Amino acid sequence: MQQDFYIKNWVKIKNGKVSNSEKVIFNSSETDLSIFFKAVYNFLELKYPKFHKMDGLSKLGILGAEILFREHKISPDTALILSNNASSLETDRQFHESISSFASPTLFVYTLPNIVLGEISIKFKLQSENAFFVSDSFNAELLKNYSESLLTSGKSSEVLCGWLDLENGEYDVFLCLVSPEINMPFSEENLKKLYFAENEKPTSRT
Amino acid sequence: MLKMKNLQAELKESIIEQLNLEDMKPGDIENDEPLFGDGLGLDSIDALELIVLLEKDYGIKLTDPAQSREIFGSINSMAEFIEANRTQ
Amino acid sequence: MKKLYLLDDAIISPLGFSTKENIKAIQEGRSGLQLQQKPETIETSFYAGVIEESLLNAAFVGIGDIKKYTKLEKMMLLAVQQILAKNKDLDLNETALIIATTKGNINLLKDPGNFPENRLKLSELGQVIANFFGFAQTPIIVSNACISGGLGIAVARRLGGIGKIKNALVVGGDLVSDFVVSGFNSFQALSQEACKPFSKDRNGISLGEAATAMLVSTDKPESSGNIALIGDATVNDANHISGPSRTGEGLYQSIQKALKEAKISANEIDFLSAHGTATIYNDEMESMAFHRSSLQNTPLNSLKGYYGHTLGASALIESIITKHTMLNNELYSSKNFGELGVSKSLTIIQENQNMEINYALKTASGFGGCNLALVFKKE
Repeated sequence: MQQDFYIKNWVKIKNGKVSNSEKVIFNSSETDLSIFFKAVYNFLELKYPKFHKMDGLSKLGILGAEILFREHKISPDTALILSNNASSLETDRQFHESISSFASPTLFVYTLPNIVLGEISIKFKLQSENAFFVSDSFNAELLKNYSESLLTSGKSSEVLCGWLDLENGEYDVFLCLVSPEINMPFSEENLKKLYFAENEKPTSRT
Repeated sequence: MLKMKNLQAELKESIIEQLNLEDMKPGDIENDEPLFGDGLGLDSIDALELIVLLEKDYGIKLTDPAQSREIFGSINSMAEFIEANRTQ
Repeated sequence: MKKLYLLDDAIISPLGFSTKENIKAIQEGRSGLQLQQKPETIETSFYAGVIEESLLNAAFVGIGDIKKYTKLEKMMLLAVQQILAKNKDLDLNETALIIATTKGNINLLKDPGNFPENRLKLSELGQVIANFFGFAQTPIIVSNACISGGLGIAVARRLGGIGKIKNALVVGGDLVSDFVVSGFNSFQALSQEACKPFSKDRNGISLGEAATAMLVSTDKPESSGNIALIGDATVNDANHISGPSRTGEGLYQSIQKALKEAKISANEIDFLSAHGTATIYNDEMESMAFHRSSLQNTPLNSLKGYYGHTLGASALIESIITKHTMLNNELYSSKNFGELGVSKSLTIIQENQNMEINYALKTASGFGGCNLALVFKKE
């Protein structure tokens, strides 16, 4: 049973720029991460106080998922398949710092990369398949193959997959929603094309 | 009495800061309002962080998690407990 | 979906440096947990299963330079080496390498030694293992909290199901680092005694370290008496990032989905290998999920009393022990169990016993609300 799948929608967050599919929806020159995240939160008119308690990786995941999901009816078995290079190292380093005085439980809980999958699941009520992969660089082949295995086996009807990386204040987010609805074909080539695509307009960031 | 009032105000500030209760000001927290559940909506991880706060700021070590439920009932109950047990 | 056959395996743990030694220790009821004092990290003493570095080096010196690799790498390399030594015709160009870990070389944050900073990265750890043996494919690294090891096997089956993988080596490993000791201590989750899964007087986890490897294939071996993975599912609780669901919802749904895929019912499961970390809330949650799944009469154990919680390795080790439980038709006792201390009745294995086992279920749950169920069949 050969079935085709398509990229319904995608989101990118990088260098102060937030885009939804081809459209840039938010742009900022703010370099302080927490201020930038809050600005995007306010721009999206989110009302979710838990957001402020999350670590950077989870905040990025919630913002990205919010943009992807807000225009669509979410199927409750939408799988979450994310990947990155730095795992949870950004928060690992902060927790490690806290150990020398008082180890912080609120930091410790975020020292796993898959916590963001839990945060997205809670916010969007998704009791579904989860996996977090770590790789040196964007691995389109793995994301495509693993997503396809969940979709063709019927374990999931849609998949949110992508790259969600944060280290030393640099963030790189590319998430896409994959479904059977006809759109851009879900292929390794298209994933790469979208992830590596140059920004059409240079940002005003200096 | 004044000492207690100061402690309550201090607690509100440090709770807001430690638990990242963005958009909240000390004036938004009532002294007798429940901190967990329906009140301020804190959860189990916040409770653990409050245990760290007690040790860090007041030198009080809490080891029995069951005990913490009572102490963290409200700003009033926390302040009373701290006054009675603080070592710093 | 295709079945995934469990072919060969190796466990490097405080119980021994081979699967055989590990099974023997479990048969004899020996635990790897020992009292630890780390006053510079935490004030109270605690139990953990720690691998003696001198023993590890003595074993590793036969295959590589002990100074060039971290403790975790040496453990993982030894596990993989054992399997490759017995399976010499395995084509490493076509064998996928899947690595499951939560924290990898996290101990390098505190004590980097002579290792470069990027050795902290899980992708580096993967590359070190791949390069040592000459695996040609980029390693697939699964880091999904305490279900990682079991999820690694599911990943192999899923990629195998769409023809992307034939053979895979699934490797799991984690350390008892100061990082995780401090973290679980800040969670007030460390037991002062050796952990007591499902018992009334349980009071938290004991940590453990181990590395393990399992060779799997979508091709059915010619010999008889094989164990195959025939159903797998993960479901997130969508409830809380650290607290287990009170109703066991995600675990319950995982079990239902895995059974459905395996096309069997709960009463056909002969043995249940639980997660059983011995925290108050985890074990209670599992009892809810098992009861809702009509598994209350299925013999079950938790191996945490032998190994402690080996985090990313745990569900892989426990799957390997499940495999041998099935092949040996031998149920192993749930160590440190006393009196049942969860609200729903369970059938905890209290003494080793012989029993014909055809189907087994392995479950695991972890931070982030993740849950996993694997159904194994003897053929």
